[in-house]
Amino acid sequence: MLKVSIYRYNPETDDKPYMQDFEFDTQGKDLMVLDVLEQLKGQDTTIAFRRSCREGVCGSDGLNMNGKNGLACITPLSETVKNNQLVIRPLPGLPVIRDLVVDMGMFYAQYEKVEPYLQNDNPPPAIERLQSPEDRAKLDGLYECILCACCSTSCPSFWWNPDRFIGPAGLLQSYRFLADSRDTATEARLAKLDDPFSVFRCHGIQNCVNVCPKGLNPTRAIGHIRNMLLTHAT
Amino acid sequence: MRTISFDGVIVGGGGAGMRAALQLAQSGYKTAVISKVFPTRSHTVSAQGGITCAIASSDPNDDWRWHMYDTVKGSDYIGDQDAIEYMCSVGPEAVFELEHMGLPFSRTEEGRIYQRPFGGQSKNFGEGGQAARTCAAADRTGHALLHTLYQGNMKNNTVFFNEWYATDIVKNQDGAVVGVIAISMETGETVYVKSKATVFATGGAGRIYASTTNAHINTGDGVGMALRAGFPVQDIEMWQFHPTGIHGAGVLVTEGCRGEGGYLINKDGERFMERYAPNAKDLASRDVVARSMVLEILEGRGCGPDGDHVYLKLDHLGEEVLHSRLPGICELSETFAHANPVKEPVPVVPTCHYMMGGIPTNVHGQALTVDANGNDAIIPGLYACGEVACVSVHGANRLGGNSLLDLVVFGRASGLHIEKALREGIELRDASETDIDEAMSRLNKLNNSTGGERVADLRKELQGVMQNHFGVFRNEKFMQEGIQKLSDLRGRIENAALEDKSQAFNTARIEALELHNLFEVAEATAITAEERKESRGAHARDDYQERDDENWLCHSMYFPGEKRVGKRGVNFTPKTVDTFQPKARTY
Amino acid sequence: MVTAVTSFGRSGLSDWLVQRVSGVILLAYFLFMGYAVATGGDYASWKALFAQTWVKVFSLMALLSLAAHAWIGLWSVLTDYLTERLMGTTGNVLRITLQILIVLVLFVYVVWGVQILWGY
Repeated sequence: MLKVSIYRYNPETDDKPYMQDFEFDTQGKDLMVLDVLEQLKGQDTTIAFRRSCREGVCGSDGLNMNGKNGLACITPLSETVKNNQLVIRPLPGLPVIRDLVVDMGMFYAQYEKVEPYLQNDNPPPAIERLQSPEDRAKLDGLYECILCACCSTSCPSFWWNPDRFIGPAGLLQSYRFLADSRDTATEARLAKLDDPFSVFRCHGIQNCVNVCPKGLNPTRAIGHIRNMLLTHAT
Repeated sequence: MRTISFDGVIVGGGGAGMRAALQLAQSGYKTAVISKVFPTRSHTVSAQGGITCAIASSDPNDDWRWHMYDTVKGSDYIGDQDAIEYMCSVGPEAVFELEHMGLPFSRTEEGRIYQRPFGGQSKNFGEGGQAARTCAAADRTGHALLHTLYQGNMKNNTVFFNEWYATDIVKNQDGAVVGVIAISMETGETVYVKSKATVFATGGAGRIYASTTNAHINTGDGVGMALRAGFPVQDIEMWQFHPTGIHGAGVLVTEGCRGEGGYLINKDGERFMERYAPNAKDLASRDVVARSMVLEILEGRGCGPDGDHVYLKLDHLGEEVLHSRLPGICELSETFAHANPVKEPVPVVPTCHYMMGGIPTNVHGQALTVDANGNDAIIPGLYACGEVACVSVHGANRLGGNSLLDLVVFGRASGLHIEKALREGIELRDASETDIDEAMSRLNKLNNSTGGERVADLRKELQGVMQNHFGVFRNEKFMQEGIQKLSDLRGRIENAALEDKSQAFNTARIEALELHNLFEVAEATAITAEERKESRGAHARDDYQERDDENWLCHSMYFPGEKRVGKRGVNFTPKTVDTFQPKARTY
Repeated sequence: MVTAVTSFGRSGLSDWLVQRVSGVILLAYFLFMGYAVATGGDYASWKALFAQTWVKVFSLMALLSLAAHAWIGLWSVLTDYLTERLMGTTGNVLRITLQILIVLVLFVYVVWGVQILWGY
């Protein structure tokens, strides 16, 4: 029997959070953590967590499993369980609404701050804007972000300054538009990033790279932003 | 209870809903999107292969009329030709708009949008061989599209009610739709969201089946609400089974795999589609491929220890193509099938994928019902677009890549029509206390419930019935048994337990409400499937194996009040091209 | 854009750049010092070394680098941990008090350093 320990907190009934233990029979299968949660919810309907696509593309079920952030739906037990134990907590650093559900408001606010939409004031042509495969390739590793917040909530700089440091997810998207050959707002975008917090709270410890379920590299993108700032300002 | 008022309210934050919202927000109307998940978590995000549209990139001579021909044929001739004409002709404009908004499409050497071949595509009205018409952003087109639309809405200040759940339609005394009741999941607050135009863009209901490519959230909320409000649904028996769901997990593997040159093999290593569809082979229409796979399995040529799936072979494409064109598939296959497509085939099986039926609408997204004389009648105040709607552009079988086109074209069309209607002034009578109480009745009943069975158990039972009795192949005896089981389930589901009555993020309450919707969709599917006594598109019957154009070249209409199945004529009068006459459908 | 008037150069990029450049200078200076200590012998040779102008300039450069480097680093630490978000008003009071204290200490060190280098 697998010992599953889940972070529980219901603001209406609990003074403070606690860990609840469950015995779980995997029947020898290498289930995903989300399958375990779904089955436990079948028994105890009060457990709250988010989930949607269950295939790692919607980004709903970012959780902290045995100390590491990841998506519950694509984390097999074999990858996370140690000593027959699975401890599931909400993503760290964000306020808990209930159980495993966190308030992602600050995370989304930072995403919005980078104006994550294409800006180009030239009138568009009758067909698509042309872009070479080489220019398009610059967006690979950037546009795939699913906004699951695994990266930003594993970043100490984001824990301390979620209101001022954009965080790895937001910065990855910031660079996605800086790198897009079709975007013409580069100067204005860079001007909004040159303060001591937005970008420069990244100290390059790469927790974000370590946990990204899509294998993206925000630290590298942040390095690119810094280089762009440097070449524009010197 | 608070009332919040908007010019336009869109229920559902997927591709269709956000495209409609964008249209309205751009023109300055007070627009709100109610979404039960943060919008980028909607199921559009899972669409992989692309958006089919004659933008003439891969083939400079491509013609939207060829696309129209393919779609009409794919629909097995019960797609409405005026709607298909609209979708295929307006499509390029809608796709270019997405590109201008920033959608990161893959590119050709000329810098244009990359297009790949998909099933059921042809040039020159079926005479010119395989076409490549599906515009792609690698194998993450849905993700790219959904995020682009969310970003576009952010830019245009659309109001989002994220993690709010719409429970029921509010109808006024004239039978017009004047908004919805919605719950904030975070706080449990219930409000009346009043609107001059209510757009349902709630997506599909694949979760009525045990094995589905659909997200957990695809619970048919729009169809459920419409049926409870007494509105009919159209062609709801038409469920697409996607040929390549990963065996065991149900996760989708895009048709783009076969578009890029992958093919299916049975346990003998035979490329069996050559027998079933000598010309199109693995790129025959989805219904054809899915049935062929099931026949292979039933005839003992399935793979694996239980012979219950077939293999999708991709390794011959080479690592470079797989990693550049199908990177997401490589990930999914490794995660869910423990198979690296570069080296080994992927175990796949037909899996419930798409609801062709839904709320009947015209090309402007206006929801329709049928009046006493059998004529179409517009339901005032209600629009539908995307998978929940049945315009109908997919008829009895949807072609791959047409769902994304459907949702942007008709999301946009709904927005355009509402803009026009708002400009001209919409006058709907206010809902009375009684009207609102009626819309609240289901939620009130659930909140006051005592006892009852577990939601998870009932859901599992429902999904089992649908899977076993209304799958790829159907017959009278089995379907009648299924209908019997469903009628036994109705009362039990209506009285399902809600032990946890708390307010803050109570997902148990939402799941109970979703189960009601799943049931409505399932029952409508079952009754209509039994009634359609022919085989057409995705609806394949052992006991009526032929298409019956004499009796069934028409839409089915399911009326929930009396649980009656009626018929509605298919549109055969496109505006600018000649009618495509029904003929035998071979690939 | 987040405004911060107490940061070293009022700009994230400039702080970042100063931090890197000062780091390199400090590294070079400490390597130089290490070498001097390892090979140098008595008081006389040590005094001769510091009598040369370029050593004085290099030392001053290192001293200024140290002050800038310390300020930028400690400012980051203070604005990470001592904030209104985490501690309420106490955070602000503590942070500003410590910032003033650090500035004073660094200023004293710089003046004292100049005095040492050119005063003897």
